[in-house]
Amino acid sequence: MAENTYLIRGAAILGGEAEDLLICDGVIEARGKDLSAEDATVIDAQGLVALPGMVDVHTHLREPGREDAETVETGTRAAALGGFTAVHAMANSNPVADTAGVVEQVHSLGRASGWVDVRPVGAVTVGLAGDQLAELGAMADSRAQVRMFSDDGICVHDPVIMRRALEYVKAFDGVVAQHAQEPRLTAGAQMNEGAVSAVLGLTGWPAVAEESIIARDVLLAQHVGSRLHVCHVSTAGSVEIVRWAKARGINVTAEVTPHHLLLTDELVRSYDPVYKVNPPLRTDSDVQALREGLADGTIDVVGTDHAPHPSEHKECEWAQAAMGMTGLETALSVVQETMIETGLMTWADFARVTSFTPAVIGRVADQGRPLEVGEPANVILVDPAARWTVDPHKMATMGRNSPFKGKELPGSVVATFFKGHPTVLNGQLNTPYRYPAVSSN
Amino acid sequence: MKHLLSTENLSLFDAIRVLDTAEEMSAVGEREVKKLPALRGRTVVNLFFEDSTRTRISFEAAAKRLSADVINFAAKGSSVSKGESLKDTAQTLAAMGADAVVIRHWASGAPHRLAATDWIDAAVINAGDGTHEHPTQALLDAFTMRRHWSQVNGIESTGADLKGMRVAIAGDVLHSRVARSNVWLLKTLGAEVTLVAPPTLLPIGVEHWPCKVSYNLDETLEAGIDAMMMLRVQGERMNASFFPSTREYSRRWGFDDARLRALDDLGMKDTIIMHPGPMNRGLEISSAAADSPRSTVLAQVRNGVSVRMAALYLLLSGDSREAAPNLSQSSKETN
Repeated sequence: MAENTYLIRGAAILGGEAEDLLICDGVIEARGKDLSAEDATVIDAQGLVALPGMVDVHTHLREPGREDAETVETGTRAAALGGFTAVHAMANSNPVADTAGVVEQVHSLGRASGWVDVRPVGAVTVGLAGDQLAELGAMADSRAQVRMFSDDGICVHDPVIMRRALEYVKAFDGVVAQHAQEPRLTAGAQMNEGAVSAVLGLTGWPAVAEESIIARDVLLAQHVGSRLHVCHVSTAGSVEIVRWAKARGINVTAEVTPHHLLLTDELVRSYDPVYKVNPPLRTDSDVQALREGLADGTIDVVGTDHAPHPSEHKECEWAQAAMGMTGLETALSVVQETMIETGLMTWADFARVTSFTPAVIGRVADQGRPLEVGEPANVILVDPAARWTVDPHKMATMGRNSPFKGKELPGSVVATFFKGHPTVLNGQLNTPYRYPAVSSN
Repeated sequence: MKHLLSTENLSLFDAIRVLDTAEEMSAVGEREVKKLPALRGRTVVNLFFEDSTRTRISFEAAAKRLSADVINFAAKGSSVSKGESLKDTAQTLAAMGADAVVIRHWASGAPHRLAATDWIDAAVINAGDGTHEHPTQALLDAFTMRRHWSQVNGIESTGADLKGMRVAIAGDVLHSRVARSNVWLLKTLGAEVTLVAPPTLLPIGVEHWPCKVSYNLDETLEAGIDAMMMLRVQGERMNASFFPSTREYSRRWGFDDARLRALDDLGMKDTIIMHPGPMNRGLEISSAAADSPRSTVLAQVRNGVSVRMAALYLLLSGDSREAAPNLSQSSKETN
């Protein structure tokens, strides 16, 4: 009993008043001042902020198929260290997560690892090929209970397929998460199209290729009365379109990545492929619009788009390099830097965009809950005064492709409680949560 | 200067120094024995990931006239075509002791990667990367223009810049590394540049470039120009709808016989016609224009060797802050 009991002393709950939290057997048993509990492990949290465990709506764990880039084990270790208690594993594995079998495999790998909830995302179309719906219902009914579907990495560009997918997922309260990228407008695209691409001679990825798909999709979602989620919104124009759609009552949610909140395409002048990502880094005015959109609720959530790659896929010419950046272990710090230190958001807002709303979008039970008595104990402790310098070689992810390498960032995750168990303590990995043995199933 | 990667960051001082050194190199090329001992014992690798016989032999001639050892490394028929990475290729060349790598690559920024990483410590010369830059082409163009412009103005070309010279560059600017390198270098040297192209073949963001942009070649000619540079246009571009047909392209943006006559009619007797080659006769330039006395096409090729000698010499011969030594002195030793 005692080994499952933790008394967190004096943490600022969601950045508010300092209180104690008593965690016992996976549940928040008490919250208040000067709590006491015999035999509890006491954690001094003076100066720390207590937040609900972060829920990532957008993670690439690479397993099955690219275990040289990341595995469920390494990716979820990185997630726990980054303050996450749940991640959505994107479907572009090999084989693609387009059947109940694959999503159940990822689901059980996640349970075996025990660092966070792993919520598989199902592919919208067979093989991400964009022309035939995958068995969405079978994935929804599987043990993985998939609710989010995405061909992420590739846009569901056929308007009829997109319409049907939006309609079909209503049968099981699913959501289609769209990677908005008009393929013809982005053939061979290497970076944001604008002043910098003109100088560098790299094929442009125009903002309109994202915005035109979002505009189409919000209208489709309105027409069929379904739920749409827009992955990694990256342009000021996209923010405007989502704002317009929400004002019309369309059921759309949107996500922004930490890197799009901080970095711009000026970095591409180095031709260092660590800055190559899809959608690409945009301009400073886009960055400002994304921050404003996240602050005013137009953009609902932060999603990392954590995309680890083996080093040989980045140690090459820009055009040859893979797109993607790691993000799980830097997300909290980058959002603190861009949204909290700038005064745009509070820690309570942080909890909304990194935990409460992501869990609602993904329909993740027991995640993104308030830090109240009786709620599941998915809790993190953050030291907002810490400052650290990013060193990709010290990360738990196998990917070394962090665009924040060498950057000093604020905020560190001191502890992560997943189902009441400390997966991270003193900023270090502790032990994974072990699921109780189940007799049947 | 440790590397020559682009003209965008080339200072006026360095640009003039390369051009002045090229003048001295040019004198060597006019002698019976066209060879200097300056880079004896140094190894220059021509690393070509893209076919370009002209540029490669120009660099090869330049390196050999400076007595360097030259290794030609073509991606085709080498381990590169078997999938060897740029990193491994660079490290291989480093292990063999290359002092300079002249790299031509289809990927924009590949020379920057060689220069920025610790894969190889050699001096890197960009011999054309993707649609980014081709700095030695721009330098040889500027060299050609400077000789002409100083002659027109009756001044010594050594030490001169291109202040006041009006240069029009017409063609596929979007895909042209030559255009980019020329825009930056000509701006640095004080020339006034106008880009002329169909709007589809200009990059988004060109409005930030230090030049004028026109969609109308005839208006540009009428406004008065001192040099007309035509860029190569690939006929296949029309398949991607950059323009409707090669004939329509020629009529609107090609330097045809009528426009050649227009130069005379407009009284621009000193205007030169330039082309980096290889030319598509009948597409962006008519044969009459290419072969006219105004054409500097062959002078550009000749000057290319001098400019590349200068670049190799300045990057490889010790303290680059010093002016070129008395080359005629050392040439005597060779003789």
